[in-house]
Amino acid sequence: MKSVLDHLQSLGQKGTGVFERLGRANILFARILAGVPGLFLRPNLVIQQVYSVGVLSLLIILVSGLFVGMVLGLQGYNTLVDFGAEESLGVVVALSLVRELGPVVTALLFAGRAGSALTAEIGLMKATEQLSAMEMMAIDPIRRVLTPRFLAGFISMPLLAAIFSAVGIMGGYFVGVGLLGVDDGAYWSQMQDKVDLYDDIYNGVIKSIVFGIIVTWIAVFEGYDATPTSEGVSRATTRTVVHSSLAVLAMDFILTALMFGGG
Amino acid sequence: MSDTSDILISVRGLSFSRGSRQIFDDIDIDIKRGSVTAIMGPSGTGKTTLLRLIGGQLRPDKGNVVVDGEDVHALRRGQLYQLRKRMGMLFQNGALLTDINVYDNVAFPLREHTHLPERLIRDLVLMKLHAVGLRGARDLMPSELSGGMLRRVALARAIALDPMMIMYDEPFTGQDPISMGVLVRLIRLLNDTLGLTSIIVSHDIAETAAIADDIYLLSGGKVVAHGSADELKQSGSEWAKQFIQGLPDGPVPFHYPADDYAHDLLSGGPN
Amino acid sequence: MTTRLTEIWVGIFIAAGLAALFVLAMKVSNLSTYNRDGGYEVTARFEDISGLKVRSPVTMAGVRIGRVTNIGFDKNTFEAVVTMRVEARYNTLPKDSSASIYTAGLLGEKYVSLAPGGDEQSLHQGDRIKLTQDSMVLEKLIGQFVSRFMNSSSEKSSSK
Repeated sequence: MKSVLDHLQSLGQKGTGVFERLGRANILFARILAGVPGLFLRPNLVIQQVYSVGVLSLLIILVSGLFVGMVLGLQGYNTLVDFGAEESLGVVVALSLVRELGPVVTALLFAGRAGSALTAEIGLMKATEQLSAMEMMAIDPIRRVLTPRFLAGFISMPLLAAIFSAVGIMGGYFVGVGLLGVDDGAYWSQMQDKVDLYDDIYNGVIKSIVFGIIVTWIAVFEGYDATPTSEGVSRATTRTVVHSSLAVLAMDFILTALMFGGG
Repeated sequence: MSDTSDILISVRGLSFSRGSRQIFDDIDIDIKRGSVTAIMGPSGTGKTTLLRLIGGQLRPDKGNVVVDGEDVHALRRGQLYQLRKRMGMLFQNGALLTDINVYDNVAFPLREHTHLPERLIRDLVLMKLHAVGLRGARDLMPSELSGGMLRRVALARAIALDPMMIMYDEPFTGQDPISMGVLVRLIRLLNDTLGLTSIIVSHDIAETAAIADDIYLLSGGKVVAHGSADELKQSGSEWAKQFIQGLPDGPVPFHYPADDYAHDLLSGGPN
Repeated sequence: MTTRLTEIWVGIFIAAGLAALFVLAMKVSNLSTYNRDGGYEVTARFEDISGLKVRSPVTMAGVRIGRVTNIGFDKNTFEAVVTMRVEARYNTLPKDSSASIYTAGLLGEKYVSLAPGGDEQSLHQGDRIKLTQDSMVLEKLIGQFVSRFMNSSSEKSSSK
């Protein structure tokens, strides 16, 4: 029978534990960044990781982007047609994707597919003492293993988000213009009029870069910090997906408020 | 700055604890150049921890470790890495990088630390693999190797940079008699032909005693016996006797500390 | 070691990503009609601009020739001061052109429509458009209809 004091104590322990982890995560981030300049001499490491993190995520991004765009086309049309404003479908699809759905959904999918894979891979390397072996061979495992993967995520996310948005807009086009009869010219011309390069596209790219940093950082940290047992790695992988998803959604609110708030 | 004296590694007054457990309590160990020294003791006495302390991966609470004249824990990161290049380490499960094949694993330290051309690296890798008898296995992936082969490849990798010493973490554990024989032979052979100093952490008496020049017996965080295999067999120490003869009870008790047996059985309530 | 195939795929991936960004910038956004720099600014004062926003279009004959860049308020005359940037190539607008605020569609956004005057001199940087017509406010319009209806029905009843 735990007393109230015991419960309070364990709560406090968890609290300090959270700050401890945050501290470790920040130190790790600094060490990861310190390894970036060295990678210019070894682009192969980064290229290999861009393949496993970016290229292998292409399929899910393409398919998801297409479907999301098509749904937007469908739902957008259904709502706009009541106001006689279905000619504005292009605007609705484009702005929804470029401002929000492109960066956010891509980040969530990325966290699930690439983020969890990164955590599992690094956690497994830790559990089988490969990271320790590297240390004893006088090779900094952070610079050799973590930094290339972090850079790869940083590069891949904005590209994936752009592809998602572009494919989604095409999806909306197929449904809206192809199936539902929205005017071809109106779809594009209204879109071009209303979507601003700086306010919408630029901000969307900024968002995807920020999300890329967050998701990859969390994925890499959880793997490096995992308890080196199979259970520990599995828990770390779950934490990556949950924490990075929540972080992305929270950051999205903050960024949206900063970028688009107040009209 | 090399020390040309007899002792390669000197551990003085080393104390280390993890959480509430005192793992080492003021121990002194000397490792002579060119020798094969065994660190032995029951499971859980922190033998692997000792290797990590020597390699600088862990910091002691008290005491110091001097390797070839340099205080390991006083070195800055760059100097420590330089020192580590002269140390080889064989992990219990080999710890090969699982995404590259045998050849690339052995070539790894060469490619990372030297600017040698690939032709030269090829020669070196093949020589190291030949020394452990696995030159023909160079294209296999680690997942395709048996436990014994994994360790031999890891050994080839450990000697890739021609270190001055090698640390073996439980090399004989879980091996079949043939693999064990191979490893025993290799450790002694490499030590002598390459002029290495070897530290073996193990609890396999027969194999280790066969090749070790010097044995340290650890228990309860202290050195309880020290000497050559013969000296330990003949010593009167209870520790040495129990360990060498493999007696189930002695200074290391059979029963984990618990309440009185009769009382525990008869009290009948929940734990 | 990266294989040739890996490198090719990475190249394709990065090319696709950059292409997507390019497509978004070119075809989707207003880059092609973008003209932030250049052009000249003119002002106009209105009594009611309700609904007009910064970046609302400025048109003449239905063609977009500029954008609203600033909306201010004159504390002394209590008028709205609208600053517009007209693209440099449209530099023949008569000095006595008028500016009106219309609504695009029934529920659409407001925009400024310029109607040409007859003056031979053209508008330049810093000039002020003197003739203005306010934005149509829906409530006022309804109010007008209601009061006119009330008047006509009371006239009818009083003439019975």
